Amino acid sequence: MPTEFLMGNEAIALGALDAGVNVVTGYPGTPSSEILETVARRREKENPDVYVEWSVNEKAALEVAAGASYAGARTLVTMKQVGLNVASDPLMSLAYVGVKGGMVIVSADDPGPISSQTEQDTRTFAAFAHLPVFDPSSPEEAYRMIGDAFALSEQYGTPVLFRPTTRVCHGCAPVERTHKPLRNTPEGFVRDPARWVIFPRASYLNHIKLAGRERELDAQFSAYPLNTAENTTGGRRAIACGGISYAYVKEALAQLGAENIPLLRIATPYPFPEQLTVDFLRDKDEILVAEELDPVIERALLLCCGRTHLPVNVRGKLDGTMPQAGENSVEQLRAAIAAFLGLALPQEEKRAEPPALPVRPPVLCAGCPHRASFYAVKRAMKELKKKSYFCGDIGCYTLGNAAPLDMVDTCLCMGADVTIAQGLRRVEEDAVCFSFIGDSTFFASGMTGVANAVYNGTDIVLAVLDNSTTAMTGHQPHPGTGRTMMGELTAKLSIERVLEALGVSSLRIVDPLDQTAAVDAVKAAAEERGVRAIIFRSPCIAVTKATSVYTVTDACIGCGKCVRELGCPATVRQGKTVHIDPALCFGCSLCAQYCPTGAIVKEEVR
Amino acid sequence: MEQNRSILLCGVGGQGTVLASKLIAYAAMKQGLDVRTSETIGMAQRGGCVVSHVRVGREINSPLIPRGSADLLLGFEPAEAVRCLPYLRRGGTAVVSRAPISPVTASLSGSSYDGEEMLAYLSAQVKNLIVLDTEEILAACGSPRVLNIALLAAAAKSDALGITPDQLRAAVCERLPEKFHALNLGAIDYICGR
Repeated sequence: MPTEFLMGNEAIALGALDAGVNVVTGYPGTPSSEILETVARRREKENPDVYVEWSVNEKAALEVAAGASYAGARTLVTMKQVGLNVASDPLMSLAYVGVKGGMVIVSADDPGPISSQTEQDTRTFAAFAHLPVFDPSSPEEAYRMIGDAFALSEQYGTPVLFRPTTRVCHGCAPVERTHKPLRNTPEGFVRDPARWVIFPRASYLNHIKLAGRERELDAQFSAYPLNTAENTTGGRRAIACGGISYAYVKEALAQLGAENIPLLRIATPYPFPEQLTVDFLRDKDEILVAEELDPVIERALLLCCGRTHLPVNVRGKLDGTMPQAGENSVEQLRAAIAAFLGLALPQEEKRAEPPALPVRPPVLCAGCPHRASFYAVKRAMKELKKKSYFCGDIGCYTLGNAAPLDMVDTCLCMGADVTIAQGLRRVEEDAVCFSFIGDSTFFASGMTGVANAVYNGTDIVLAVLDNSTTAMTGHQPHPGTGRTMMGELTAKLSIERVLEALGVSSLRIVDPLDQTAAVDAVKAAAEERGVRAIIFRSPCIAVTKATSVYTVTDACIGCGKCVRELGCPATVRQGKTVHIDPALCFGCSLCAQYCPTGAIVKEEVR
Repeated sequence: MEQNRSILLCGVGGQGTVLASKLIAYAAMKQGLDVRTSETIGMAQRGGCVVSHVRVGREINSPLIPRGSADLLLGFEPAEAVRCLPYLRRGGTAVVSRAPISPVTASLSGSSYDGEEMLAYLSAQVKNLIVLDTEEILAACGSPRVLNIALLAAAAKSDALGITPDQLRAAVCERLPEKFHALNLGAIDYICGR
């Protein structure tokens, strides 16, 4: 069987293809995006009959997949953990209705968080929705478990959640494709209103069924080979863990020379394998729980001990032994385990204090059109001397918050810029309230907010930052791009026509790199009332080619205005003047447009 | 390669750390070894600090290298090498590019950052330190895009990579598109000799 060096997300995709998946839907979000991209890249070779789409948002993705599953297709839905919030409406109901073709919903968690708004835990969501959940600890396991998740989904006719974390998603390992590829031929939709139409009476009965299967799943999961009880006779102190923490615990135990400590590893945190756990705990005095995000395993252990009157001390987040937030590491678990077992910690090498390190936050790229859009608004409002607030959103343009632009006053969740601005305006009646939204976010969840503003007669300025791609998550196509993940060209949804149809009071389309026009457009919109829309349209530098670079001539007086005002990574102070790094400059001309001495000139056409 | 070997690559988003870690992994897998890597993907790729962990050997658990256990540190930028130095074990090797990348924040605050202070600290702290004369190498190779291969070549030459220069050449030829072969092989030749 072939072995490939795969990223966890690629392993999940190939696991689904080998499990005979028919339909794959999702919405991009770090750390989940590469799953669906891998399906799109590999489907031609692996199984050309597979359908794959980026849906407009996670709710749409789950509903499209639900329809396909009703008709007997095996479906995979991918998203990041906050995407599961968007999909939660169909998810909660689908848990009751169930599916016919197997459905696996991958919701990637992000302990840290590294690229997310929250540290929410999909395992907790699984319990809330009464859905089984798998929690892999490595790319190899992720590959294997996807097949198990599909089988379980069809066995119980239920959607199954699958929860990798960032270090599994973005970790790479050699993965042997042990599954013989399956093919599933969907039976087709069979009319059955009692099954597919959700009604209160049916939901009452389904609720009984959902609760009832927990016992059955406990037995099944207690026998599941990836839920493991290791070294069960190794003493009265034990460790419990799940997910990537299993890998960290193994390494920490090896470093401490404590490989024989009893270890309970939970790969299916809901429904919890209680039988396995109670057997494991029977001769233990104390157990330390190593898990990220919520104390899911810890609570389940307490429940097991309470139910069976086992006198075991459970140590973890709830009693303050382990940190409440952030991701785990080998070092931190090694220290916690050493303290727990009363072992000596190896000494870390002490080095002299390093010099002060430069702070290096992520920034908008050199040449990024968002910088020009933000600067045009900033400049216009400065010239008008009007009080104004800037509501931002999720995407690269969240980085507009950094100095020197400082143009993001709020950021909450996908689409909230449009609606937060409306709420601010209800209180701040003398302020111009701007909302900034990217093109992909606009289609994902911005349009309803615009409808709300128009319907309720709010005064806001809606700035759509249209860079023709979903940039932050890796340049995925969306409804405005005219391309699909099946490699087909399709009709481009026009943002301006959508806005016109929604009834905005005025609409301007400008190229932000033309600062005179852009500043004028902002000023004009700011003076009006109603829902005024400005589309700042200029492609992301990653989807277009640079045609020139700019360079600094002797006319530079070293005033530093370009550096101070724009914060482009290509412009660097060098002694008394400014230097533009030709390797970074994208030729956007923004700095040249504001240089007071005209010292920044176009140099070469590449 | 007898024992497990941990290699930490650190730099600034866009410098090519991910490709470098993939080449190490590929060459190690060809030697029949187990490999685990972990990458920075997402917001930090926009000019922030990026770190790739590569672990090679047999039966590796954690994809992340614990502090104090990297055998080799590949620093694509002096300050980033200092930032990640706590990962390097006692007696480990560091291969560091001399060229600093000034963050926007430094330009804004008017502070000058030229990397020399970082290199001085590294040479005081790390016995096995190899500093790459980046500007000279990039000029000789005619492209700023060979930095990652140049660092790998310097590490291969010093024997700290667990991969020989010839194995690195093979990885370049087998994993990169053909149009990039001459450039990258040129960089390896420049550093390791033909």
